Formats: sequence, structure tokens, C-alpha cells
Amino acid sequence: MSEHRPNYYGRPVIKQPVWKTEIGWYFFSGGLGGAAATLALVSRLAGRRGLARRATLVSALALSASPPLLIKDLGRPKRFLYMFRVLRPTSPMSIGSWMLGAAGTAAGAAAGSDLLDVAPVAGDTARTVAGLLGPAISTYTAVLISDTSVPVWHEARRELPLVFAAGSAASAGAAVWLAAPADERGPARRLAIAGAAGELVAAHRMESALGELGEPYRRGQPRRYARAARRALAGGAALMAAGRRRPMLGRMGAGLILAGTVCERFAILRAGNMSADDPRYTVDPQRERVAGRVTS
Amino acid sequence: MPGLGASFGRGGATTFQQDLANSDCIVIMGSNAAECHPVGFQFVMEAREKGAEVIHIDPRYTRTSAMSTHYLRLRAGSDIALLGGVINHILQNGLEFREYVKHYTNASVIIDDRFLDTEDLDGLFSDWDPSERRYDTTSWSYEDMQVSASAGEREQGGTMGEQAGHGGQGAALSHGEPPHEDPDLEHPRCVFQILKRHFSRYTPETVERLTGVPAAQVVWLAETLARNSGRERTAAFVYAVGWTQHTVGVQYIRAASIIQLLLGNVGRPGGGVMALRGHATIQGSTDIPTLYNILPGYIPMPHVHEDASLKRFLEVYSSYAGFWGHMPSYFISLLKAWWGEAATPENGFCFDRLPRISEDHSMYQIALGMREKTVKGLICAGQNPAVGSANAGLYRRAMADLEWLVVRDFVESETAAFWYDSQEIEDGDLRTEDIGTEVFFLPAAAQTEKSGSYTNTQRLVQWHHKAVEPRGDCRSELWFYYHLGRIIREKLAGSGEARDRGVLDLTWTYPTEGEIREPSAEAVLAEINGFGPDGKPVGAYTELKDDGSTSCGCWIYCGVYAGGENLAARRKPWTEQPAAAPEWGWAWPANRRILYNRASADRHGKPWSERKRWVWWDAGTGKWTGEDMPDFVVDMPPDYEPPDGARAEKALRGDKPFIMQGDGRGWLFAPSGLVDGPMPVHYEPDESPIENLLYGQRSNPVRQQLRRPRNPHNPAEGEQGADRFPYVLTTYRLTEHHTGGGMSRYVEHLAELQPALFCEVSPQLAAERGLANGGWATISTSRSEIEARVLVTDRMHPVTVDGRTLHQVGMPFHYGPRGFARGDAPNDLLAMVMDPNVHIQESKAATCNVRPGRRAAHRRRRGPEPGAG
Amino acid sequence: MARIETESWPATYDGAARERVGFFTDTSVCIGCKACEVACKEWNLLPEDGFVFTAESYDNTGALGSETWRHVAFIEQDVPLIETAGDGDDDGNPMRWLMSSDVCKHCTSAACLNVCPTGALFRTELGTVVVQDDICNGCGMCVPACPFGVIARRERDGDGRAWKCTLCYDRTKDGLTPACAAACPTESIQYGPLDELRERAAQRLQSVQQQGFAGARLYGEDPGDGVDGFGAFFLLLDEPQVYGLPPDPVDPTKRLGEMWGAAAAAGAALALGVAASLLGRRG
Ligand SMILES: Nc1nc2c(c(=O)[nH]1)N[C@H]1C(S)=C(S)[C@@H](COP(=O)(O)OP(=O)(O)OC[C@H]3O[C@@H](n4cnc5c(=O)[nH]c(N)nc54)[C@H](O)[C@@H]3O)O[C@H]1N2
Ligand SMILES: Nc1nc2c(c(=O)[nH]1)N[C@H]1C(S)=C(S)[C@@H](COP(=O)(O)OP(=O)(O)OC[C@H]3O[C@@H](n4cnc5c(=O)[nH]c(N)nc54)[C@H](O)[C@@H]3O)O[C@H]1N2
Ligand code: SF4
Ligand code: SF4
Ligand code: SF4
Ligand code: SF4
Ligand code: SF4
Ligand SMILES: [Mo]
Repeated sequence: MSEHRPNYYGRPVIKQPVWKTEIGWYFFSGGLGGAAATLALVSRLAGRRGLARRATLVSALALSASPPLLIKDLGRPKRFLYMFRVLRPTSPMSIGSWMLGAAGTAAGAAAGSDLLDVAPVAGDTARTVAGLLGPAISTYTAVLISDTSVPVWHEARRELPLVFAAGSAASAGAAVWLAAPADERGPARRLAIAGAAGELVAAHRMESALGELGEPYRRGQPRRYARAARRALAGGAALMAAGRRRPMLGRMGAGLILAGTVCERFAILRAGNMSADDPRYTVDPQRERVAGRVTS
Repeated sequence: MPGLGASFGRGGATTFQQDLANSDCIVIMGSNAAECHPVGFQFVMEAREKGAEVIHIDPRYTRTSAMSTHYLRLRAGSDIALLGGVINHILQNGLEFREYVKHYTNASVIIDDRFLDTEDLDGLFSDWDPSERRYDTTSWSYEDMQVSASAGEREQGGTMGEQAGHGGQGAALSHGEPPHEDPDLEHPRCVFQILKRHFSRYTPETVERLTGVPAAQVVWLAETLARNSGRERTAAFVYAVGWTQHTVGVQYIRAASIIQLLLGNVGRPGGGVMALRGHATIQGSTDIPTLYNILPGYIPMPHVHEDASLKRFLEVYSSYAGFWGHMPSYFISLLKAWWGEAATPENGFCFDRLPRISEDHSMYQIALGMREKTVKGLICAGQNPAVGSANAGLYRRAMADLEWLVVRDFVESETAAFWYDSQEIEDGDLRTEDIGTEVFFLPAAAQTEKSGSYTNTQRLVQWHHKAVEPRGDCRSELWFYYHLGRIIREKLAGSGEARDRGVLDLTWTYPTEGEIREPSAEAVLAEINGFGPDGKPVGAYTELKDDGSTSCGCWIYCGVYAGGENLAARRKPWTEQPAAAPEWGWAWPANRRILYNRASADRHGKPWSERKRWVWWDAGTGKWTGEDMPDFVVDMPPDYEPPDGARAEKALRGDKPFIMQGDGRGWLFAPSGLVDGPMPVHYEPDESPIENLLYGQRSNPVRQQLRRPRNPHNPAEGEQGADRFPYVLTTYRLTEHHTGGGMSRYVEHLAELQPALFCEVSPQLAAERGLANGGWATISTSRSEIEARVLVTDRMHPVTVDGRTLHQVGMPFHYGPRGFARGDAPNDLLAMVMDPNVHIQESKAATCNVRPGRRAAHRRRRGPEPGAG
Repeated sequence: MARIETESWPATYDGAARERVGFFTDTSVCIGCKACEVACKEWNLLPEDGFVFTAESYDNTGALGSETWRHVAFIEQDVPLIETAGDGDDDGNPMRWLMSSDVCKHCTSAACLNVCPTGALFRTELGTVVVQDDICNGCGMCVPACPFGVIARRERDGDGRAWKCTLCYDRTKDGLTPACAAACPTESIQYGPLDELRERAAQRLQSVQQQGFAGARLYGEDPGDGVDGFGAFFLLLDEPQVYGLPPDPVDPTKRLGEMWGAAAAAGAALALGVAASLLGRRG
């Protein structure tokens, strides 16, 4: 039927991302591992060997989880190594893969030397490498998704990295706190709480920056994930704060924060699919842009 | 196509598709050219780009409408009314091309005073015999010029073009003129005045009431056509089966032919009537017919009673004037081609060995014969009647009454599988175990797997070469029939039976090639072209003799193999030759691309205008010359007057372009050749929701109704129960599928493009009947009910007819239960009811009802389905 | 040993690069026959896309995807095709039926190619954008990156790779016309050197406007647009989004600097945060 349509039978203009749940976990583990590696490096520099060892171990484990998750999501898992066929500066996935490869190996080496008490110098060098890559590892995934035509991601390109960074800090803090001995874990707790607070602020900042385009975060599945994330992060931070002397509460808090950061990742992923699926999000801002150009 | 044959002399398109690019105005009516002839349509687009008006007139807004500069929506089955309105407007306002009409048409000829028009008899012509339901047409002839009955009018009916065109035979032209004429076109009984009276009641207002086309548009159409005709400009008509599939189909074409003759558009570049034909070589299969009632070259099939002797046969069918005067040469050369040495003057060239016809043996009669068990076996090749035949349900049941059935096809079509996969089986009306028919499926080779020729819609013979060997048991038609004949002859060998001589004496010696012993198609082409006394290929049909010294398989194809070269295989690009592209393939007759092209010059042989020059008289060389092969005696001067006793083409004047006609003129009034009238009359379709507003006679009185138990007709308006079927149903094609679907529904890449049967309805009708876009609807007639998906579209729109809103339902007919794209067959809905001239079923206008949801049988079986409206 | 790939065609071909080719699809003469869609599938041996009746006019394939590399859109509108028409022939129900054959745009700045981590997507010596199916590992990056929703991952029978129009690389590199263009009966699809096509398009636009076609415009011929111009551009008769096309497409990687900038800042913040967390008392 022929009323003048603003779009083509309501069909999407762009394709939805094909990523499955693994990618959500991949974002989570990578972020956690990256931030933990940095925590490890800094605590090592601050001379807190115990904390450094635990943080290193945590980052090594987290980063070792990333490749399998990524591979599982590939259409052609056997071709995972083709990721290292070239280095393409314009491809965040390419850069990310290389960094992840490097950081993962380094963290693994560092953890190895810690556990086996061998080659301490090499171990610290590796820790340094991982620690320096850490911030990049925990934020490149934000670039990876903003470097798409998905409105809710691309238009949040300035805000997303902070959401990922804060989330990584929070999750790393929480994880290390759980892993570290009671007398070592103060910084982890502070990092977790600060990270959680930061993620709450950053997420809010992102959604308000998106305005209309942020609608998916207020609808259906993304909305449920986002709300869960907010509650878990807030609650978790509060509990960890209260948990200084009451480990039970602390553990619950850490758990909540970890859950919260996972939920935030999924909120973002699902919001992406939703915003790709509705032509309005793609078309309306572009039309305004064109209109603006015409009038100006 | 006798509509053309009776008007101009030959049953083929008067022009070629490339020439449409030269037109100033193209009326596409009864054709969905963009969807059904997409490749040829590029020339319409070219004309549009050059600024031509392109007008599409159709009940539906189609892909052709979308490409046209103007679109008129009309009620299915009302075209003659609209065309009549155009004719009337032309005649009332003196818009005709006077000079052309006076000299090139039969406008001036005076008609027998016993002739009575539909004006006088309320919708009937003179001499209607109600008991026989046929006309005695003798009173429709020229005054004092006995036009003897031509084959078209014989009770076996089924004229195909040419022989309909050679009416006027036996006429005594004196110096090329009929006995009585009025050059001023004033005499009350001259064709021009009869025509004027006949169409006078087709006023714009009346036409609007009948067709739903607003009166203003009727006038606009006539004015636009007239404005684009005359010396400087030309307009063309394009039609296809949107016109032929009506019980008055032939007269639709006559109406357009009359317009084109009045406006002087025939035989001129950018003009003419472009008949777009069907299957890739459907033209070829009427030239060298798969029809029961004609022989190659439109020579009638002898009749068991009337054509006892060769002598009588030749007398009856060879005309006094025009090229049918040489009919004996064509026919005897044909007999020589078939029986060779065995055909001698003594035995009448084996005339007795030709089969005879006794009655109407057309497709639907055969179907009924199957029902009545008078037809026991059927070889079905290149056809899928279980889908394509009107009242397909009846046809499928008829196949169940056969003893044996042979199907040759690429795929196990609905026809081949009727006995276990059909609506009847699905619904439990037929049970496989009850069907006694023995079915043989023989896989056919595709065009890529065999060499041969296509004769396309513009009479152009084009050769195709085999690209690959046929797979497995697939074999070409040529292979099948040659070896079948060979084996039969081996079995009959030595038989003394007279009845077997016809088969045994045939010239059945074709060289074969390769492992599978494929007969040489080129040898067949050579036989069709014919051989002279010297055994060399003849160059033109003018070389044929009636003494048995020449042979020719089809006289109109003479020259396709001239000089032993396969001219059909020529592929010189159009960029490297003149406009008519004479060196691409070969067109009958004599490689002419625009027929009757002598009419592109005035009576003195000068082009009507520089802009529209095509063929003209070159006094210097004393020959006709120009862009095309002259369709005229090449050295007959424009001022030639036939001397006493002149015969055949020599009996025609130098200013009469229609050289196949007995009088050399284009026929505004057809004194013979048609069984349902010398001039078109608006009759309602057999099934119609309104009465005939013009005459007491509702529908074509001569139409063939074939009323049978399983072939009932919906009550027409005024009859009891008409309100059960309030909507007009029309059926048609989609670009994405081909006819019965054997070549498209079974091919993934085509099937996915139109994966299911659907019906097209207007938003208004959808609202009235509660149909949901994408949902299901059940469409019913008195034959059957079928289900289809619903496509609600503004391209369908109700028309206002006689003051009331009338809805039309459209359905593509391609579907059946097999293949990748499936659906019920719309042909289950239609009745077997036919045009009396060519026995084409009325697939384009019937009545029906529509309701939401799936058909009862289906709901019983599977229960309602999601999306069911 | 990895090679650094850059996007600077034709430099990467040092000399071997040939004149850039592309498509001009003139929808004003498209008759919607879908021969292009079928020819593409036949030549590229693509599977069918499912037998689904959409009830969306005559479009039953819906959109471009991994199985459909040419897609013909059908749009029914109640506006006249030709503004000047209707002189007497107008019955008060004007309408037009837009048909348009969509295809990969072979963008000058191609998001799909830019984000591809494996180098499976590359720019040919003809300036076209092609996936190498023996290298693609199905990471899926290119899919949401494309501003036109062209490239897609084939999920059926475990293929898992991304597919799209190759501009018939296997034909064009040998000087043949792409299958779809060769099949098009009305020259709605015109293939050739891009510069030539741009000139032809400009002239065509003029004549179409003179003929009075409503809403005629060129889409994607401007090298100054968000993807630096399409290699396959169009003449449309309405706004792009009506055909399911983005009105102002942008290659997201153009803003990569911005993104990495924000990431760096966030990374720094993270580092600082970590450092800060170590200040203060033990325990
Ligand atoms: N893609 C494709 N091409 C084909 C074929 C195919 O099946 N598919 N079939 C081939 C064959 S066998 C043939 S015969 C030709 C047929 O070619 P066409 O005759 O063009 O095909 P149809 O679609 O049957 O009918 C044409 C139009 O007639 C319209 N129509 C119906 N009733 C009336 C009426 O009363 N008056 C007027 N003016 N129009 C009416 C229909 O709406 C339809 O748009 O196509 C050939 N080409
Ligand atoms: N309702 C309705 N009914 C109609 C029409 C309509 O418009 N409306 N149109 C009518 C018209 S115009 C026509 S022409 C008919 C067409 O309908 P049919 O006469 O039934 O012809 P097709 O369906 O084309 O069947 C041709 C079959 O031959 C097969 N075939 C193709 N090439 C060869 C070959 O070389 N050898 C052999 N042995 N087989 C081959 C194909 O696979 C196909 O199955 O339908 C008629 N029926
Ligand atoms: S199918 Fe064949 S005949 Fe029909 S349009 Fe295409 S090329 Fe012409
Ligand atoms: S249209 Fe999409 S797939 Fe095609 S080149 Fe541009 S970005 Fe790549
Ligand atoms: S899916 Fe294949 S083509 Fe697309 S980005 Fe990944 S590797 Fe490259
Ligand atoms: S260029 Fe080739 S691959 Fe691309 S759409 Fe056309 S036919 Fe298909
Ligand atoms: S082949 Fe040409 S005309 Fe046919 S749909 Fe494709 S672009 Fe349009
Ligand atoms: Mo046909």
C-alpha cells in the first residue's frame, strides 16, 4: 500500500551485529584482565608484592579466557590465527587482537614466574608490558563497537570508552579483592568502589549524551540489563564499603559489582542490536544532518 | 491471429519491436509488455526517452503502467467499447488520414444491400441462425462481388491468420477495382458510412458507463492518437493475450486495426499493430502449425466431406487476386516436400494421403473427448494443461479417464504427476488407486541441448546452436518424433494396406549426428525452405511451381535457406547495419521487417514525409527501395493498372499495399474471414456483472460455451444467482514465472522471487471483505474454489461502471502444487468458454467471489494456519 | 611476519592499479524484472534466500544479504510519475511504482574493509571492494560497520563467512561486464569507468528532470560525502530512505581518531584511578 513511507517497509537500513553472548563475556574478561594487569604493575611499583602477585594471577586468568570466547564467536573458529595475518591500524579488532595477544602472553609469563618463583626480572618485565597495555585492553572494545554504523554505539563514541574503563576498574577491583589476602586488598576495594561509581556516572553520561538515540536503553532487554547493572553496581559498592570489617558483606558486594559490570556489557550489546534493527535510529539523525546542511 | 489476417492479409504482427522506438505514441493495451516481453520493452523505453507518449490501458496498474507516461484503468472485458469510442470520435470529427483511407482501405467499397448491421438487429448481424448458433455470412460481402466462404467460416472454425486474410478470393475485380465504389465515401452503403453508423452509439459518455474510463479520458485518448498520426507522425498499438483471451478476442484486434487504418498507421515506421506473442516460438508453431486446422503457411487442412479432390481444394482456396492466387504452387510444393517421388500429378500429389478433419478438434474438444472416452491416449509435449488449461480441474479429471498419457517435459510437471499430486487427490475427490491411466514420463532436452530455430513475435527466425549434449535420457523433440516415425515405418514396412502408404511414402530421410543419432535440424530447415527443379534451395516463394517440379515445406519460409546458407543464423550486430537490421536472423516473408510497407509511401510512391520515410518508388531504377525489403512486387510501378484477365498479384493495382488481400486493401469492414461479424461489436464477457448497455444481445452469440456437468457458467447479470459472484476476476502473468511454471516454479532462483500464489485486491475491496495484506483469501466460482495469499495494493482500484462501484480481483495463473513456488491453480476457477474464431479460452474476464481465510477443504485437513486472514 | 596494510589505493598497487570501475544504477528506467538479481545468483552460485511471501509489493527477497547481492526494491506511491502528466488522462488516482536495484556501493572509504582484521576484505586493482572467502574468519566486524547494511555473514550450513557483491571481480578483471549489468534489459544498470559514469549521470539527471520526473536526484556520486563517494551510485526518484538507503551515510572509521582519543583519555583515567587506589593505608 502506498502512503508515502519514511522507510522501506520498516526494514532496518543497517545489519544487526551478529555477535553472540560470548562477545559480552569477552568484553568483560578483557576489561577485567586489562585493569587487573595495570593494578598488578602499579602495586608492584608501590612495592606491594602480595597484591601484585594476586592481581597478576587474576589478569592472567582473565586474559586467557578472552581468546577462547572470541574464537567461539567466530564464524570460522579454525581461522582464528588469521587475526594475526595482518595488522590493520584502521581495525580496532585487529589492533585489539594484537594487544590482547601481547598482554595475555605477558600476564601469563608474569604469573608463571610468580608461581614458580623463577626469572623474577623477566617476570617483572612481562608484568610491566601487561600493565602498560592494560588500559588499552580495557578500553579498545569500546572503540571496536563505536567503530560501527550502529547509532547507539557510534554516537556514543566519546562516552563509551569511559564506561568500559570504569567497568574494567570495578570488575578488576572486585575480582582481585576476592583473590587477595585480607591485609592486602584495600586498594582493590577502593578501585572496585571507585570503578563502580565511575561506571554509574559514565553510563548515565552516555545515555544522556545519546538523547533520543539512547531510547533502546529504556526499552525491553537492554533496559532490564541496564537497570540490573545500576542496582548491582550501587549495591555492590555500598556493601564493599561496609564490608571493610565484615568480609561476608564484602564478598557479596564484590560479587554484585562483577555481576553489575557483566550486565552493563550486555545492556550495551543488546541496545546495539535494537538500535540497528529500527531504521528510525539510522535515518532520522542523518536526515536532520542533511536538512541542516541544506538550510545552512 | 485472424484479427490481423482479416484486416491486413497476414496473421502476424505488422511490424517489429525495434521499430517501436520510432513511434510518437504507443498504446499498450491487453499487454503487460514490461513484464512479459521485458527485453523487447527496451524499445518502448527508447521511444519514451525520445518523447513519445506511452499509454498503458489495463485493469491493473502493472510494471508496464509504471514505465508509461499515461495509464488508463478500465474494466476487464470492455476494450471494444473504449476502442469503439475512439473510432467514433475519429469519424465524428473527421480526424482520419483521408488520403490513406481513400486509397489504401476498403472505405469506399459498397456493401451488399442485404447486409444488416447490429444497429438494425439490436446486437446481431444479418442472417443469424439461432438453431445452428452461426451466421450465414454471404450478405456481409461487397455488392455484386461474390466473396466465397473462406476457411475461417467453416464449421470446424479455427482460422489462423493467413487464410482468413485471403477472403476476397474469387472476387471479380475489374482493373483492380471492386464493382461498386464511392471515391467520395458518401454512399450510404459504402464501408465508411456503415462504419460511421455502426460506431455512432459509442459516445464518450456511453463508453464511460461501460468501461469505467472517464469520458474526458476517452476523448483525450482519441485526440492524442490522432495528434500523433498523419504524414509526419505515427502511432503504434501493442497487444497480447489481454486481448485475445476473450470470447470476442479477435474483434478486439479488429477494432485496433480499424483505428490504425483510419489514422494511416499501418505499413509505416513507428506505426502498426504489434502483436506480442507467447512462447519463444509460438509464432513458429502457427506458421508451421501445431494446430489441427491448418497446414504449414496457413493453408487450410482439408475437410473430410468438402475437400474430396485436389482440384476442388485448389479452386476453393486459391484467390483470384493477390498472392493467394499462387496457392496451388505453395500447396503442391508442400505435398512434394512430404511425399517426394511418390507425389505425382497422376495421384494428385498424394493429396488423398493427407489426414482430414471432420469437426472442431481443438484442445478443449480433445479434453471433453477424454472425458467422454472418445480420446483414449494423449501425448503431451511442451504443455502443462494441469495448470495452464481453463477449468484445469476438469482437465485433470479428463486425464484420469485416459488409457495412457505420455508427458515430455524437463520436470515432472503437475500434468505428469496429476495421478498422485493434485488438488483432487489432496481433497480426496480422486484416489490414486482408482486412476487407470498409464503414465509415461519422457525427459526432454532443453534449448541449450539442441540446435534449432525460434520464430519470435515479429516473425523473425533465429537459429540457436546446441551448447551441450543432453543429459541422461533427455532428448530433443526432433529426435523423439524422427525416431518415433522411423520405428513406426519399420513396423509397417512391407504392409500392403493402402492406409499405411501415407506413412510409408513420407520423405523420412534426415541425416543424424552423434552417439544419440540426433537428426540434423538444418536438414529440416532446408526442407522447409524448399528445393527447385535443379535440386538447389529455392530463393523465394515466387519461384515455386504447381507442376511438382519444386518442393517446399512452408512457402512463407522460402528464402530462409537461400543459396544453401542458414540465414536464420546470421548475427550481425545492429550497430553495423541499417535500421531494419536485415542481417540479423531472417524474417518471413522474404526477410521483410515492416509488412505492407508500400503504405509508407503515398499512392505515387513518394514518402508521406521525410521524417517517416521507409520504402519508396525509385523511378530511376524502376524499383521500390528503402530501409526495408519492399513488401510489394518490387518492379510494379505505383500507377500500375491491371489489364483484363490479370491474375494473382498482377490483378492488383500499383497503389494497393495489402498484397495478400483479394482486393489489395486494408479491411475496415471484413466481408469474410470471421465467423462473428465484419465489424467489432461490444459484447459482454460470457460471465459479466453487468448487462450489455448497448444491445439486447448480451454476449458474442457465436462463442463456444461447452456447457457440461463440470463446466458450468456463473450466472450473468440479470440471471438467477448472479449476485453470488459480484466481482470481476482476471488472470495474467508475472515477470518472475513462465506460464504453467514448469520452467520457473521448479527453479529456486525464480521461485523465491514470487514464492506463492496471491490475489491482488484494492484496499477498498479488502475493507469490504475483511481481507488482510499477507493473509489468506478464498476465491470461488461455480467451477471450484481456491485459496491464495492476499496482496492489498493501490495498483488495484475499483472502477465505476454504469454508476456502480465494481471491484476487480487479479491473479497470476502460474501456480500449481509442485515445484518450489506453490499454490492452487487459478485455472481451476475458469470455465472452458471460447472465442469462435480461434478457440481461445476467456481467461481474462470472469466473475467470482472472495472471502477471507483458507478454503474449506484445506481447513478440514490442516486446520487454520498463522497469517490466515 | 605481518605486513602493515594501508587503505591508500591505488598506491598499494604501485602501477598495477587500473582505471576505477563501478555502477551507475538509473532507477528511472528500471522495469523491476529482477533479471539482475537472478543473473547475480546464477553467476555467483548463490543459494536461494527462502521462499517467503512478504506481501511487500512485488519484493519477496526483502534486502541485500549474504545470499542476495542484488536486490530490487518496489515502492508504491500515490504521486504521479511525471508531474506534467494528467492532461486529460488523469482519473484522480495518481500513482507511481518505484523500482530500484540495490547493490554494494563499493565505497571509496569502505567501512567494511577498514574494520576487517584479517585482510579478507581488500581493494582490487579496479578500485572495487572484495571479500576473499578463503581468508575471512567470520569475525563479524564488517557487518555492523557497513553504513548500508550490505555485507552479511552466511549462517546456513555452517558457512560462517561474510559475503557481498564482488562487482564480479572474476569477470571485470578480465574486462567482462558484471553479470547483473549484462542481464539488465533497459540499461538501468550501467557499468564502466567511474568518471565516465559520473558524467553520464549528470546528463541523465538533467534529461530526467526535463521530462518532468518528480523527485529525481543522484545518490552517492559526490566524492565529498561521508564515504568519499560510492563506486556504485544511483539516480533515485525519491529520498534515499524511501528505498531503504541511508540519507547521509558515513564511514565510521573516519572518526577513529576521536574514538582512540576518548579511549586514551579513559585509559589514562583508569591508570590514575588504579594509582590513586594504592594511596592510603595498608589493609
Ligand atoms: N515473464 C513471462 N513472460 C511471458 C510469459 C510468462 O509466463 N512469463 N508468457 C508468454 C506467453 S505464453 C504469452 S501468451 C505472453 C502474454 O503476454 P501478456 O498478454 O502481456 O500477458 P498477461 O499478463 O496474460 O496479460 C496482459 C495484461 O492483460 C491485462 N488484462 C486482463 N484483462 C484485460 C482486458 O479485458 N483488457 C485489457 N486491456 N487488459 C486486460 C492483465 O491485467 C495483464 O496485465 O507473454 C509471454 N511472455
Ligand atoms: N488463466 C489463464 N490461463 C492461461 C493463460 C492466461 O493468461 N490465464 N495463458 C494461456 C497461454 S497464452 C498459454 S501460451 C498457455 C501456456 O500454458 P501451457 O500451454 O500449459 O504451456 P507451459 O505451461 O508453458 O508448458 C510448457 C511446458 O513445456 C516444458 N518445455 C519447455 N521446453 C520444452 C521442450 O523443448 N520440449 C518439451 N517436451 N517440453 C518443454 C516446460 O517445462 C513446461 O512445463 O497458458 C494459457 N493459460
Ligand atoms: S525470456 Fe526470452 S523471450 Fe522472454 S523476454 Fe526474455 S529473452 Fe525475450
Ligand atoms: S557498501 Fe558496505 S559493504 Fe559495500 S563497500 Fe561500502 S561499506 Fe563495504
Ligand atoms: S567477517 Fe570476514 S570479512 Fe568481515 S571483517 Fe571479519 S574477517 Fe573481515
Ligand atoms: S556485480 Fe556481480 S556480484 Fe555484484 S551484484 Fe552484479 S552480478 Fe552480483
Ligand atoms: S535487470 Fe535492470 S531493469 Fe530489471 S530489475 Fe534489474 S535493474 Fe531493473
Ligand atoms: Mo501464450
